[in-house]
Amino acid sequence: MGRVTPVDTAYFAGERAGDFTVIGSPVQRSDARGHVTGRTVFFEDLTPPGLTHVKIHRSTRHHARIDRVDVSGAYEVPGVLRVITHEDVPNNWYVVLRLIGVGPDDEPVLAEDRVLYRGEPIVAVVAETEEAARDGAARVVVDYTDLPAVLDVEEALADGAPIIKQAGTNHFVYEGHHCRRVRLGDVERGFAQADHIIEGRYSSSPIEHAPVEPTGCVVVPQGDGRLRIHSNTQAAFFTLDNTALILGVPPTSLRVVGGTVGGGFGGKVDVIVEPLACIAAMLTGRPAKYVYSRAEEMQVSSTRAAERIVIKDGVMDDGRIVARQVTLYVDAGAYSRHSPYGATKAAAHMPGPYTIPNVHIDCYCVYTNRTPSSAMRGFGVTIGDFALESHMDHVARELGLDPLRLRLKNAYRDGDMKAHRKIASGTALVEVIQRAADLVGHDLPPEYRAMSSAERPEG
Amino acid sequence: MPSTIVTLTLNGTERELIARPSTTLLNALRETFGLMGAKRGCAQGGCGSCTVLLDGRPAVSCLIPVVTVGGSTVDTIEGLADGDRLTDVQQAFVDHFATQCGFCTPGMIMSATALLDRNPDPTRQDVTEAICGNVCRCTGYEPIITAVLSAAERRRDAPQSPATAGL
Repeated sequence: MGRVTPVDTAYFAGERAGDFTVIGSPVQRSDARGHVTGRTVFFEDLTPPGLTHVKIHRSTRHHARIDRVDVSGAYEVPGVLRVITHEDVPNNWYVVLRLIGVGPDDEPVLAEDRVLYRGEPIVAVVAETEEAARDGAARVVVDYTDLPAVLDVEEALADGAPIIKQAGTNHFVYEGHHCRRVRLGDVERGFAQADHIIEGRYSSSPIEHAPVEPTGCVVVPQGDGRLRIHSNTQAAFFTLDNTALILGVPPTSLRVVGGTVGGGFGGKVDVIVEPLACIAAMLTGRPAKYVYSRAEEMQVSSTRAAERIVIKDGVMDDGRIVARQVTLYVDAGAYSRHSPYGATKAAAHMPGPYTIPNVHIDCYCVYTNRTPSSAMRGFGVTIGDFALESHMDHVARELGLDPLRLRLKNAYRDGDMKAHRKIASGTALVEVIQRAADLVGHDLPPEYRAMSSAERPEG
Repeated sequence: MPSTIVTLTLNGTERELIARPSTTLLNALRETFGLMGAKRGCAQGGCGSCTVLLDGRPAVSCLIPVVTVGGSTVDTIEGLADGDRLTDVQQAFVDHFATQCGFCTPGMIMSATALLDRNPDPTRQDVTEAICGNVCRCTGYEPIITAVLSAAERRRDAPQSPATAGL
C-alpha cells in the first residue's frame, strides 16, 4: 500500500532526507495475524501438567505491626500444598531499581513484622487448584497492632509526622539531598524583576493501568534445574535479574519467556509475581501459576503516582517568563519501586520546553501508607505537563495574552541554555506550534510566523 | 454434586466432556478442549475477552456453567478462519490496525461477527452497541469500529464470505 498520510516537507527541508518510505505509509503489524486468529500465545495459555496455583493473604491494614501469623488453617484446606512466608524467601528485601544502582532495598517480597499498605502480601499459599489456594489464603490469620498511618504527601513531610520508612525519612534521599533539585540563575532576583507573579496549584489522583490481561506468570521447573518463567512482564531483564537476586541464584539458572503482553502501559514493569511463583515451584518441584484476580489488579498493582504541583512564575508584561519556581510531590505510596526515577524525570521536566533564565525546582519522592505507585506511560512527566500547560494558559489569561503566542515567545530554540545546563538542540517546538495553529485556523501575526527554532534573531 | 456428561457442537463438530457443576464454559474450552483463543480477563463478565458465540449469539463464557449449555452450538475464534484464509472480519482487523496487544481481539471479533451475521448493514451506533461489552485498553476503539464497518461493506460486496459459511 502506498503512502496515505502526506509528509510535510515544508519545514527543515535542508536538515533531513526526503526519501522516507515508511513514515506516512501503513505497514502490517507482524503480530496481527496471530491476534485475529486467537493463535497468539499469552502466558496463561500455557497449562503444563501438574500446574499449581499461588494466591496471597494480604494486609487488611494501612500501617500495622504484625504480632502473629497463623497459617495452620490454610493447611487444613484439601489441596493446599505449601504455605510460603518471608522465611522462605532467600533475599526478602529488594528494590527494582537496584539494577541501575538506586537503593536502598526497601520492599519485602512478603511482609515480616510490619505492613505499610492495605493489600501488602504477607503469606502465599500454593495449592492444586485456584479455589484451594484462594480458600487457604483466606484462612490465614494475622494479628495486628495498628500504627499511625500517613496518607497525604504534605502531611508525610510535615514536622512531627510519623516516620514510616526504615531509612528514617518519609522522602527518598537523592545523593544526600531531601529532594531532586534543578537550579539555574537566581529565582528570587527573577521574581523581583518580574512585572507579575502568577501562582498555581495542581494535583492528580493515582491512576490504575487496568490492562485487560491481568498481571501474572507461569513458572515451570526444567530437567536441568533451571526455572522457565513465562511472564507477561514488560521488562524481561528486570524480571530475570531481580528474580535471581531475590532467589539468591545466578541469572543463568532462570529463563524468562516473555514478549506477549496483554496490555501493560507500564503496569507490568514491576517484579512482583515472578519471585513468589519461582519459590512456589522450587518448594513443590511443580509448575506454579501466580496471576492477579481483577480485584487485585485494581487494588494492589502499582498505580501512576498521584502528584501535587505548585508553580510560581515571574512574568514580564510582554509575556516573557523570567523566573519559575516549582515544588512537586510524587506520592510513591509505601515502597519505592520506580517512583524515585519518576520523581527525577519530573524534576528534569518541570522547566518545560521554555527558555527561562531563573529556575528553582524541588521535586520530592514521598512515602505514604498508600498502594505503591510505579511506572505508567511517561510517569513523572505527564502530570507535570498537565500542570505546566494548564499554568501557561493561566498565565496567558492573567495577562490577556494569546496562549499560543505566549508559548512561542518562551519556547526554547536551538542553542538556548536549558535549566539543566544542557544546550537545546533539534527543538522544533516553534514550528510545531506554527503548524498546529495552521491546522486549527488559529491566527498568528507575521512576527510569530517568522519565528524559527533554528535561530533567535532577537538574541 | 456429581459431574455431568455434556455434549455440544463446538466449531461445527460434536464434542463431549465430563464437567463439574462449577466448570465454566471458558474453563472447559481452555482446559478440556485446549482452545486458548477465548481469554480470561476479569473472570466476572465485565471485559468480554472470553466472548464466544452460543447458538449464534455473543456470550461471556466465564459466567456460563458448561453444564447448562448441553445441546448448544459454541463457536470460538479458532473456528472462524478457513485454514489460512481469514474471514472478512479478521482481515478487516488486520487491515485497519484494529489490534494492538491482541488480548481483547478474539472476543471483539466474535462480537463483531455476530453483529454482521444478523445485521449486514450496521450503523456506527450499531457497531458501538455490539462491542460495548468488549473492553479494549489499547486502541481507543476507533480502528475497531472502522474495521467492523469496513468488514460489513466488504461482506455486502462479496456475500459468499467464509465468515458466514463457517457458522
